[in-house]
Amino acid sequence: MLVNSIEKGIVIDHITAGLGAKILEYLDIDLNTNTVAFIMNACSKKHGKKDIVKIQNVTDVNLDVLGLIEPNATVNVIENGEIVKKITLQVPETVTNVIKCKNPRCVTSVEANAPHIFHLIDAENREYRCEYCDEIVSMKGAY
Amino acid sequence: MLKGRNLLEPMDFSLSELEEVFDLADRIIGDPAKYVHACDGKLLATLFYEPSTRTRFSFEAAMLRLGGQVIGFSEPNSSSVAKGESIADTVKTVACYADLAVMRHPKEGAPKVAAHSTSMPVINAGDGGHQHPTQTLTDLLTIRRTLGGFENITVGCCGDLKFGRTVHSLIKALSRYKNVKFILISPEELRIPDYVRKEILIKNGIEFEEVRSLQEALPKLDVLYMTRVQKERFFNEEDYIRLKDTYILDKAKMKLAKESMIVLHPLPRVNEIAVEVDEDPRAMYFVQAKNGMFVRMALIMSLLGIEG
Repeated sequence: MLVNSIEKGIVIDHITAGLGAKILEYLDIDLNTNTVAFIMNACSKKHGKKDIVKIQNVTDVNLDVLGLIEPNATVNVIENGEIVKKITLQVPETVTNVIKCKNPRCVTSVEANAPHIFHLIDAENREYRCEYCDEIVSMKGAY
Repeated sequence: MLKGRNLLEPMDFSLSELEEVFDLADRIIGDPAKYVHACDGKLLATLFYEPSTRTRFSFEAAMLRLGGQVIGFSEPNSSSVAKGESIADTVKTVACYADLAVMRHPKEGAPKVAAHSTSMPVINAGDGGHQHPTQTLTDLLTIRRTLGGFENITVGCCGDLKFGRTVHSLIKALSRYKNVKFILISPEELRIPDYVRKEILIKNGIEFEEVRSLQEALPKLDVLYMTRVQKERFFNEEDYIRLKDTYILDKAKMKLAKESMIVLHPLPRVNEIAVEVDEDPRAMYFVQAKNGMFVRMALIMSLLGIEG
């Protein structure tokens, strides 16, 4: 399958096959206005299969979101058809308003304006703790 | 220095700060008359979004015995909360009038939302099944006054360890002392939450075991912390009925315990401690309730920066 390269924008490569849709969802990219290529199950020498996301004319995506969901992905920033920056992702220490606490007893379920804050407690398993109720969530699974 | 600080969970205070509060509480117990005007002109707001008699009375009695005054509500339907006001807005408004606030709320983390909204000191008086740090101060003061300290003790926590916020707070607080061992006695469905097991016990290398039998655990304990299975924490009443009578401490079981063991309970009890146990000198739960008022007096003075 042929997908044209982009002149300006961002390419998120080496996404574990199956996680591309989740990344698009969490990045909150407006699919009605942006030009986006989402390739599923592309061939990968390293992993066998991978997902790739290309977003035209957007270079400032939320890297914390990417580090949270797929820290092993590579992010290339493209200008004039060339890679001008390769970004190594890191699992973020704290994320705000990215994941929502699913504990029905948490105050965030009733206090609409309280920011949803999660702190990293285990980088290997990407486990996070809710700032308010201490509920633990793992971003490695299908959260 | 505790002036202007919040108490949202037991770890908010260092060990030396806790000692500072307990030393002051000891001085108040020794000579309460000396402190009757310590908080003259100060105002405490009690924001109780959930029914409570003893914690609220304990705080109100503490402030009144220090010469201060109290405003507040004891159930949300009588306040602007019924009109849909957010916690943040309620607290910002209260901060215009009061010097410090005490909050009880059914939702976990609510006092933290309050503390983020104001520079007025906020005390967590219980947030859902999460934390209850002033009960922990009460528990710790009682252990300190009866056993002399917190090191080298085996603490048994029995009953509802899942929703029992006093247990979570107590384990958190005691985890900072040397050689404290926990025996966690509960039915399978009411075991301690993951965050307590992983974040506090395993992470800090604390010796603990999770068991079902109170009888087997009793001879090993220096402190037995009994809890009530709380009806209000269950979404399903059938589960509550099935689990509520799992553990009942009576005279016969007390014979299995050490002579020096103490029995604590955050109260109110239902039937998890038989009334016949009350006359046993090891039953410390009513002493504990009285200590609760004294330690809250010490806490209020400390957060307001009043020397004592």
